[in-house]
Amino acid sequence: MGGYILKRLISAVPVLLGITVIVFAIMALIPGDPATAILGSYATPENVAKLNRDLGLDQPAVTRYFIWLGNMLQGDFGRSFALNRPVLDEVVERFNATLILAGTAFVLCSLLGILAGVVSAARQYGWADKAITFAVLLGISIPSFFLGMMMILIFAVNLRWLPVSGMYAIYGGGDFPDLLRHLTMPALALAVVATGVIARLSRSAMLEVLRQDFIRTARAKGVPERRVIWGHALRAAMVSIIPVLGIQAGFVLSGAVYIEIVFQWPGVGRMLVDAILKRDILLVQGGVVFVAACYVMFNIVVDVAQSLLDPRIKT
Amino acid sequence: MGVFDWTRRGVLGAATGAVLAMGAGLPAAAQTPPGVLVVGQIAEPKALDPAAVTAVNDFRILMNVYDGLVRYKSGTLEVEPALATGWDISEDGTEYTFALREGVKFHDGSAFDAEAVKFNFDRMLKDDHPYHDTGPFPLAFFFSSVEEVTVIDPLTVKFKLSAPYAPFLSNLAYPTGLIVSPAAVAKYGADFGRNPSGTGPFKFAEWRSNEAVVVEANADYWDGAPSLDAVVYRPITDANTRTAEMLAGGIDLMVEVPPVALSQFQGDRFTVSEQAGPHLWFLILNAKEGPFADKRVRQAANYAVNKEALVDNVLEGTAAVAAGPTPPAFAWAYDETVQPYPYDPEKAKALIAEAGVDGAELTFYVTEGGSGMLDPIAMGTAIQADLEAVGFDVKIETYEWNTFLGRVNPGLEGKADMAEMAWMTNDPDTLPYLALRTEAWPDKGGFNSGYYSNPKVDELLDAARVSTSQDERAALYKQMQQIVHDDAPWVFVANWKQNAVTSDKVANFELQPSFFLLLKDVVKN
Repeated sequence: MGGYILKRLISAVPVLLGITVIVFAIMALIPGDPATAILGSYATPENVAKLNRDLGLDQPAVTRYFIWLGNMLQGDFGRSFALNRPVLDEVVERFNATLILAGTAFVLCSLLGILAGVVSAARQYGWADKAITFAVLLGISIPSFFLGMMMILIFAVNLRWLPVSGMYAIYGGGDFPDLLRHLTMPALALAVVATGVIARLSRSAMLEVLRQDFIRTARAKGVPERRVIWGHALRAAMVSIIPVLGIQAGFVLSGAVYIEIVFQWPGVGRMLVDAILKRDILLVQGGVVFVAACYVMFNIVVDVAQSLLDPRIKT
Repeated sequence: MGVFDWTRRGVLGAATGAVLAMGAGLPAAAQTPPGVLVVGQIAEPKALDPAAVTAVNDFRILMNVYDGLVRYKSGTLEVEPALATGWDISEDGTEYTFALREGVKFHDGSAFDAEAVKFNFDRMLKDDHPYHDTGPFPLAFFFSSVEEVTVIDPLTVKFKLSAPYAPFLSNLAYPTGLIVSPAAVAKYGADFGRNPSGTGPFKFAEWRSNEAVVVEANADYWDGAPSLDAVVYRPITDANTRTAEMLAGGIDLMVEVPPVALSQFQGDRFTVSEQAGPHLWFLILNAKEGPFADKRVRQAANYAVNKEALVDNVLEGTAAVAAGPTPPAFAWAYDETVQPYPYDPEKAKALIAEAGVDGAELTFYVTEGGSGMLDPIAMGTAIQADLEAVGFDVKIETYEWNTFLGRVNPGLEGKADMAEMAWMTNDPDTLPYLALRTEAWPDKGGFNSGYYSNPKVDELLDAARVSTSQDERAALYKQMQQIVHDDAPWVFVANWKQNAVTSDKVANFELQPSFFLLLKDVVKN
């Protein structure tokens, strides 16, 4: 197992190097440069040239790439042009916020999705199955940003139960209940689509397993139905549910962008959108590399978890 | 046998109820205390160093933390004394000597004096200044005509300009001219932008990244202490979310209300303020080639576009119809006799027929967004329809803002016949000087992307720039407006009215034509 993990880690290195090349090339190739974005109306060629010089963007792209990569390997991601602070500070802070949001949403959608899927499968074609299938269809069909705006309108503006946006209250906030109140709506809005997808796939995975011989054997032995479902069947179905969770984790993470914009959540997705619009090159590059590294790590963890659950998967 | 039994359902229900109760039971959006004004900003500020920033969003904070040597008189774009109590301009217009206010202290306790003024401008302008590396200073060129700043005595400072430059004083009133504490720059270096210190009515208290910037009242302010105890600036980038926060009471003051959201704020709970500013939204016409090389066709375009419909319907009244190249907010330099081109499609058709370009195909650059561009796609589409109604065949090409600038700024030649554009300036000199002179063609480093050229206009603008008499400048600008109006290098469309919404707890709030947000006299109950 140790060897397998090490092998996976080593194979992640070229992936990450490739990501640095791609994100650097994209930022170098997209039209518009940070100097023009900063200067706006006043972007005369002369002013742009001077500002580019001051920002260190007048060197050839290849040189800039290796300087950037070299600095990054030493833990220096550079300084954001648009926010005037170290890229890494900003990325880590914002990534934390995203992790809290996406993590909560992920836990919600995994628990609710699997629960709904199992109940659905156990009661195939029963009223619970029909209700869940309908709810799932509804959930998958609603764009999360629209759902988010509607939630704001109903629960924040009209009912005033929850705050509209942000992560903490401006005054007297900062504690856990405050975070929870700010987290409720964005986490739910973000979890809805993934819950639907996980519920569907868990249902079919469970139905698949429930048809197998060992389930019939278990039932024949007189194992209580609750244990057949939650013990035998779910455990076997998890092998095909876990990769789905891994993929959904990626979707939740990327879907967080919309939710972060709607709920003004200070996360990394909104940061990247702002940074791209402002051509804040170093922040975009640093942010993408950081998020990609985390995603790659997460995939490794999922693969390892899967191989632990199912010894047939070659290590 | 059930998958769940009732006990389990009960537990689940109770848990759900508990979570909801936890959320709902606590008081929603903790009401902000009286005396504290929460402002909904459109973005996270870049820095609170006035020399280092370019965005109006940042200026809204800076103008309350710092003072300049001069400032705009409330409600106008005319300069009046601030940190300087008065000034003398030499006969030839190249030397400005300022008498400084006595007894003013920066928030960090250090004294404001002539040395501090010199430090500020040397830091921005001199590459060898020990704190020049706290930049870059993108708008330093506002003061590029400053050759030397000399300390005459602690309360007198002299600026020597390389050539007479009339907009110098209004540039000093611009945020780039705000005076920072040299001691604080020395202490914090490149991090000064997060630890600002000025002389203004509010002093910096706290910056929580992506959450809030907090400033507190400066009780010792030389122009009288502010009424508020503190101001909290919250960045809320999404306009819908900003609107929802305003409706829910999470913020007390909201700027840049989207036109479509204005109807939400009718009624007693809110006050909507409006103020036309030094902004112009126009179409650059390619006067070098194609149909618009003919002045009659350029005029035809001005007649063809229904500007009233644009400002009333597309912009929902958040802008006024523009008459010429100078916004009326520059009251002293604005020629009231210049009238907007009336909406007259028949006249447009006649002019087009006269020029023989009926059915000509036009390429029209439209941007997706961008500073001061209002609602560029909807406006572009409406303009396209107007121009097609008089017989043009208009093809729209839409670009993201920075890409758009990258295509428009180098000139429209060979690419397009017309492009949307908007400018917000602080002096009547800026826009025409940078975008209408022959010397401002793109290849010469200017913004005259449509290649307009009229020697008389060049002459007037050059003369206005070196004159030190405001009356003389006004006369020159007025002549320029008449000629440019007739030559029609642009389609003059709209002057944006900045808007803001305040809650019923806020009093004494006033928008300024400079578009700066001045909060010193605002009261919150």
